[in-house]
Amino acid sequence: MKFTLSWLYDHLDTQATLEEICAKLNQIGLEVESVENRGAAIEPFLTARILDAQPHPNADRLQVCRVDAGPGFQDVQVVCGAPNARKGLAVIFAPPGTYVPGLDITIKAGKIRGEASGGMLCSLRELGLGEESNGIAELPEDTLPGQSYADFAGLDDVVIDIAITPNRGDALGVRGIARDLAAAGLGTLRPWLAETVEGKFDSPVVWDISYPEACPWVLGRTIRGVKNGPSPEWLQRKLESIGLRPISALVDITNYFCFDLGRPLHVFDAAKIAGSKLTLCRGAGEKFRALDGQDYTVGTEDCVIADQAGVQSLAGIMGGEATGATAETIDVFVECALFDPVKIALSARRVGVSSDSSYRFERGVDPALPVSALEAATRLIIDLCGGEASEVVSAGAQPAWQRDATLRFARLRDLGGLDVPADESVDLLEKLGFEVQDRDDAQVRVSVPSWRNDIAQKPVLAQGEGIPADVAAKAAEGVAAIESESDLVEEVLRLKGLDAVPAVPLPSVVVVPEAALTPRQARLALARRFLAARGLTETVGFSFVSHEEAERFGGAPESLRLLNPIASDLDQMRPTPMINLLAAVKHNSARGWGDLGLFEVGPAFAENGQQPVVAGVRSGHTPRYPGQAGQPVSLWAAKADALELLQELGVNPDALSTTTDAPGWYHPGRSGVLRQGPKNVLAYFGELHPSLLQAEGIDVPVVGFELMPDVVPDPKRKKKAAPRLSAFQPVRRDFAFVVARDVPGEKLLRAVRGAERQLVADVSLFDVYEGPHVPEGHRSIGVEVTLQPMDKSLTDAELEAVSEKIVAAVSKATGATLR
Amino acid sequence: MSNDLEILRQEVLSELAGATDLKAWDAVRVSTLGKSGRLTALLKALGKMQPDERKARGVALNRLRDELTRAIEARGKELEAAALEARLVAERVDVTLPPPPVERGYLHPISRTIEEMTAIFGAMGFKVAEGPDIETDWHNFSALNTPAHHPARTDHDTFYLPPQPGLDVTRVLRTQTSGVQIRTMLAQKPPIRVIVPGRTYRADHDATHSPMFHQCEGLVVGKGITLGHLKGCLIEFLRAFFGKPDLPVRFRSSYFPFTEPSLEVDIGWSRKTGEIGGGEDWLEVLGAGMIHARVLANCGLDPREWQGFAFGMGIERLAMLKNGIPDLRSFYESDIRWLRYYGSDPLAPALLHEGV
Repeated sequence: MKFTLSWLYDHLDTQATLEEICAKLNQIGLEVESVENRGAAIEPFLTARILDAQPHPNADRLQVCRVDAGPGFQDVQVVCGAPNARKGLAVIFAPPGTYVPGLDITIKAGKIRGEASGGMLCSLRELGLGEESNGIAELPEDTLPGQSYADFAGLDDVVIDIAITPNRGDALGVRGIARDLAAAGLGTLRPWLAETVEGKFDSPVVWDISYPEACPWVLGRTIRGVKNGPSPEWLQRKLESIGLRPISALVDITNYFCFDLGRPLHVFDAAKIAGSKLTLCRGAGEKFRALDGQDYTVGTEDCVIADQAGVQSLAGIMGGEATGATAETIDVFVECALFDPVKIALSARRVGVSSDSSYRFERGVDPALPVSALEAATRLIIDLCGGEASEVVSAGAQPAWQRDATLRFARLRDLGGLDVPADESVDLLEKLGFEVQDRDDAQVRVSVPSWRNDIAQKPVLAQGEGIPADVAAKAAEGVAAIESESDLVEEVLRLKGLDAVPAVPLPSVVVVPEAALTPRQARLALARRFLAARGLTETVGFSFVSHEEAERFGGAPESLRLLNPIASDLDQMRPTPMINLLAAVKHNSARGWGDLGLFEVGPAFAENGQQPVVAGVRSGHTPRYPGQAGQPVSLWAAKADALELLQELGVNPDALSTTTDAPGWYHPGRSGVLRQGPKNVLAYFGELHPSLLQAEGIDVPVVGFELMPDVVPDPKRKKKAAPRLSAFQPVRRDFAFVVARDVPGEKLLRAVRGAERQLVADVSLFDVYEGPHVPEGHRSIGVEVTLQPMDKSLTDAELEAVSEKIVAAVSKATGATLR
Repeated sequence: MSNDLEILRQEVLSELAGATDLKAWDAVRVSTLGKSGRLTALLKALGKMQPDERKARGVALNRLRDELTRAIEARGKELEAAALEARLVAERVDVTLPPPPVERGYLHPISRTIEEMTAIFGAMGFKVAEGPDIETDWHNFSALNTPAHHPARTDHDTFYLPPQPGLDVTRVLRTQTSGVQIRTMLAQKPPIRVIVPGRTYRADHDATHSPMFHQCEGLVVGKGITLGHLKGCLIEFLRAFFGKPDLPVRFRSSYFPFTEPSLEVDIGWSRKTGEIGGGEDWLEVLGAGMIHARVLANCGLDPREWQGFAFGMGIERLAMLKNGIPDLRSFYESDIRWLRYYGSDPLAPALLHEGV
């Protein structure tokens, strides 16, 4: 909502400075978005008159002018290059020392080609005010020299733009803002009284309402014999200053009241109304052309104004082109209506239009204002356009808007945290227009002013379905009992200023609080730190990707496709953050940074819900170093990332098994699934599928993993038994087994581990070999076994026995033989 | 000393001098003092001598043995020292070369900022609550006193999803994490203190808006919680978060459908330098208010019994302010150079006792 200081002064009598006004607006909830002072930059420029203009003796294109620019500059010689400089012309003069914004220079007194020049005559472009520059600006002939040009041109006014929150429909008019400022102690609200204009005849146009849910009350009157020319300068200037284009006196008047009182009006050209009746009714799928030249289709929920010929206005939103006022309009019919805010909001959203009018109706206009607003508008139309007014015609009736609200003074302290004396509270409410109905020591009951649609409204609840009926009813009763009181608390605090409320620390329940994170949440924080410490860098990717992309990664169900995506490549909830990571690899690689490690901890979406996924990738090559060439990233790095992370999250690696059925975006022969038991899939890992990388346009090798932390069993904090630390040296023995190639290595290692649980403390792989000396279709697997005796050193015979046991166990499980 | 002993002495000493490595030295030692060494042989021969001869010869032999033993040991040490010296010279490398590179990883500024918020609010007794990104219309709007026609809804630019088969519920991508407030109040009895950091979505994409961003909401429900507590809590948070104990904080009246009174919070800063806490200007950082009676009742809480406050702030916005990050969009572009520049050290998590 834009307004100028001078417009504010129409309603507010105040000595406050601009800074004070802005500070107060901010305090009371009318947030200042911007303050534009167009006059400040051109303050030094003066109006002037050229007394005489002679050709410059030393230059063909220059003239030497004598200029009168008022006191101090009554006869200044100025050298001027403009062809239109001539004797008697009223001009804009920049005295020495003036900064000229359009030229970015500061004027100095001096000599030009030998002739003294004590200033500059300017074009509007040089003032930074316009584009045209055919010489210097020509002011009206009767312009008095020596005035500030900014004042003269009405540019001295400061434009303030404030953000109006949806509850404050009353502040969508300058008068409402003035009222709030006056209540906050910044001056007094000037009285405003609409003078009644006597009706001279019966209006030839009358109202009818067939859709009272949308329009409870409408007023109107005909003014005949008007002349609709341009509106006077004061009105044009007011509208222009807040960014509105003046159109014609009649239209400008409606716009003026829209912003002055927050009261939308509409004018019909009475001659263009078919028949004598305008009806507020439901639309019926008709098309009509609005004032913006666009065609709109109106439905049965939309409220329209129709005459015999059809729809002439989308009520409260926009008038129709066919019946709009033009320069030829002679008889005008003025509409002043009340519309239901919800109906207007929904209609405006349906047709996709937000007008100054609908904006106000949606937020609620003053239901008591129509009568006086119509009088004021009639008066102004007759003043500016002439003509005479009919009697007022109406349909429907003023809806009951009267409401009371009660404030217990203690609630200011108990809810608002501020002790406000009762007298002061009442005084502030009265300044806002509340009227005291009754009062005692503890509380006051006030009536709510008609313009405050946001206060003491009937509560509308949307209570949760699972709440027991008695609990819900009691809660609803509570709202009915105290909501309007909270409204009043807010009003008093707003005017007092929230800075007055003393800050109080939250009461501590205990000095050292419990952990803020659940064990599961803490585990994700740990996962982030762990992966970053392993050299991967964290990213955050959008939760939506393109559905084509999603299809390559496990599916793009319709139920997870946005109905209104912002871009076609951001239309599907992602099935895995791996998609974002690969996109990141692609972009970084394209910039020349292909050797990367990235991870993301974020949601993955599926039809049965979302779950967090920890995904990581490594791309490109390992770094080169003397003695070590750069190697393509290896799937073992990805498996290690996943395994190590699972271990960090509390999973015993011995409890895991690896299967080879990773999803299709991985290389089928170089990927795996880490499982705990047959059902729980904890992670995928592997090389990304080469054809996927090709499709993505990624030309560096990529390995990665996806880990499902919610499948990892919840961390348990169990008391550990004391460790048994043996006093005896462990014994290490190497075994090489020849085993069929298709036997998973994991199976063999597990068999070794399980062969003699009392003694086998560790099994590690040191060799895998295929080739000469190993039968075709077989490979040799070398493992080092650590045997840890607990009670005594092992004898040779015992060692021999254990070795045989291990070989037997492996042979039984895998068919392997000792090499 | 007998002549033969002197000869042996000279011989051994000269051999020792001639031994230039430990191997040669060891040969001299063995051939002198070893089992079948020359001196050992002479000592063995002592037993066959007459007692009177034996005495004098024994003394001389012992003296010689002592001398040669010392000489051999000394030469051995010399040679060892020389060998070590030679090894050290041979083993010298160019230590000015860099070590093999180890990739460092970093945490994203968003998760760092969430960690900091969690640490500070955690110290005030808040727990972290979470909820789904795909919310019902009711959780995201209606329960928060924002019915379908409410003008605030048009400000939100909501993303919609098709209804789930068989369920007549409008689904949206949450425009705020406030739905989790509702879930929390429905699920647990007050007193409640939670913060809700998480992803939020609005259909808006330009230099200062991203279709996905992060918010951290807070909710306090109790008995006797007032706007004074709201102020105390948020001032404490902001001062701790920005590490400025004197940070100016300003509260302005505002409006949100789900709070009353509602307010916005500004902090002092300098528009010119961007310095937080300095200068004459104010910068909006969060919105807050006392929970609206209707919101409490929508969750089954009697507003006569329970009251409290809620607040919400943009995580990227606070991260940008604190770390001087100029562009919102860069948060999601995953440019490794940016991530390394603004990312944080995983081994220095946000711990109050180490400073956030």
